[in-house]
Amino acid sequence: MSGTGEALLTLRGVKTYYGNVIALKGVDVDVNEGEIVALIGANGAGKSTLMMTVFGDPRAQEGEIRFAGRDITALPTHEIAKLRIAQSPEGRRIFSRMTVMENLQIGATVGDAADFESDLERVFALFPRLRDRRNQRGGTLSGGEQQMLAIGRALMSRPRLMLLDEPSLGLAPLLVQQIFAAIRALNERDKLTVFLVEQNAYHALKLAHRGYVMVNGEITLAGSGRELLQRPEIRAAYLEGGAS
Amino acid sequence: MSERAPRVPRESGRFNPREVLAAAKEAAVAALVALGLFVLLIGVRTDQGPTGALVIRTRFGALAAIVAAVFVGRLVLALARHDARLSIGRLAPAALRAALSGLGIYAAAAFLAFALIVPIVFYTDRYLLDLAILIVTYTMLGFGLNIVVGLAGLLDLGYVAFYAVGAYSYALIAQHFGLSFWICLPLAGILAAFAGLILGFPVLRLRGDYLAIVTLGFGEIIRLILLNWQDLTGGPNGISEIARPSFFGLPFNSTAHGFAATFGLTYSPTHRIVFLYYIILALALITNWVTLRLRRLPIGRAWEALREDEIACRALGINTTTTKLTAFAMGAMFGGFAGAFFATRQGFISPESFTFGESALVLTIVVLGGRGSQLGVAVAATVMLGGFEFFREFEQYRMLVFGAAMVAIVIYRPRGLVATRTPSVSLGARTDIPAAIAGGARTETPA
Repeated sequence: MSGTGEALLTLRGVKTYYGNVIALKGVDVDVNEGEIVALIGANGAGKSTLMMTVFGDPRAQEGEIRFAGRDITALPTHEIAKLRIAQSPEGRRIFSRMTVMENLQIGATVGDAADFESDLERVFALFPRLRDRRNQRGGTLSGGEQQMLAIGRALMSRPRLMLLDEPSLGLAPLLVQQIFAAIRALNERDKLTVFLVEQNAYHALKLAHRGYVMVNGEITLAGSGRELLQRPEIRAAYLEGGAS
Repeated sequence: MSERAPRVPRESGRFNPREVLAAAKEAAVAALVALGLFVLLIGVRTDQGPTGALVIRTRFGALAAIVAAVFVGRLVLALARHDARLSIGRLAPAALRAALSGLGIYAAAAFLAFALIVPIVFYTDRYLLDLAILIVTYTMLGFGLNIVVGLAGLLDLGYVAFYAVGAYSYALIAQHFGLSFWICLPLAGILAAFAGLILGFPVLRLRGDYLAIVTLGFGEIIRLILLNWQDLTGGPNGISEIARPSFFGLPFNSTAHGFAATFGLTYSPTHRIVFLYYIILALALITNWVTLRLRRLPIGRAWEALREDEIACRALGINTTTTKLTAFAMGAMFGGFAGAFFATRQGFISPESFTFGESALVLTIVVLGGRGSQLGVAVAATVMLGGFEFFREFEQYRMLVFGAAMVAIVIYRPRGLVATRTPSVSLGARTDIPAAIAGGARTETPA
């Protein structure tokens, strides 16, 4: 079930500031090859900051970020993307005035031109809705379709590691299940390593092999997804009122 | 302006009293504003009295007429808004839009065909030929600026700087080294592109308003340098007697080696004008072609993506630094070409030709034409400059009409004359993206 164990992404003592305000207070996170790792926490805990810090925007001011054995702490954002780390960012950030196809083409910027057709097929097979809407402008898609497009766009670069920021945000429960099923399929079939930020703790921990809990810029708990789901403090803080 | 909600056409043309009352209220407020605005402007006037002293004369009749006109106009507008059948003004643009998107390609072809035969049709009319050259020059400048503003979304208020760099590059190189127009042209473009890079570096991190202000300053800096570096540029006196282009080495003059004599024609100064027209037309078409090609290449897509979302671009591995710089350099290069042409056409250049007004005019052409639309830019350049000339006889009312046209555009065509954006790639049927969507921000997400 769990990944092959080889560390793909490691964060050690990462501190990030917004001006004088500290957002990440020394974070240690490991994501191993083939794993799905979930990072859960409340609003403003620093989850998205952590995800963006991996991409160097904002940049970590202390600590070290390594990807596949290479120190990427000081690498420019676009160079980090070239190492085949892809991201479906917070708020999706699709190019709303461009068509679905154009969005996917831009996603393939760091990919191999020869792989374009097969990568496109992979995305369309995963999200058939995108095939139907390929000539439609991104901004006219529904929220769920936009999320599919954001994930599809990230997949176009043939990533080794995929960072997903709140893929369930603002989606109907049925769509959330679809998106999470797609993530699981990518992980199991294509051996894609996924690092997931979620507020929807129940779904995320059920999907993930391992999870981290972040509070106020610090990791307070870590463990397997199943383990964390059982913890009373997690149930109280994030799953109160029963999960869907 | 009010929302463009889908209006249900009503069966009867009758208004209910509440609507009429609301419209009357609205009209009364408008009339009150007009009264406040015009009471001093029109209602009172100072004249020279019999003793030479100023006397105040009142014109309350004219004031009343204006206020009444505003009241009635507003009332009609307000009532029209409630009745779909009366809102001709709103229906017409929709029809126009449909016609334009359907006929876009034909319109472009017709426009091009007309542009090609202009010198033949108007051969005897020197004035119209000059105007045509001016229009095409601004169309080319519009195409160049469109790369920066329309595609990359970088608001550049100092575009005239590159026009100036191109013009002075050509004039100086031609004068000091005696090189011909055809050799100087690419050099002028390259130098202007460098100027674009020089502007690009410091503004890499700026966006929106800040970028606009710095580019505005850059335009002024270039102009001031041209004005004050007297040894090189001649300062306010400018550079005169700039070499004219030749037709494959044949000059356009009445000598035995001239163009006319070689081809056995009677010498006519119009030959050169026609030749100049075709040069700038070719340059504009090349600019257009390059822009259209670039849009389909990764760099063009990156420009458009950059306009949409810079953070997403970086996260997808696009180097936003080089992408921005190439946009600035590419736009500047075409500005430089146009500048070199301007210099050779005029034969004389001075810093006066490169004021902020020029930047504003080109930007207006791009914005009115619809950012990112090539045909729109060409149409806007024709309408703007043609309009300027047409209203030259009505000097007094020119700015009035111009202002009214601007307001009309803002109300009815807020995305520019041609506001559809054709996708650079499509599988299957090619569909234009409607204006309402193409220009909109990332907002609507119909579930």
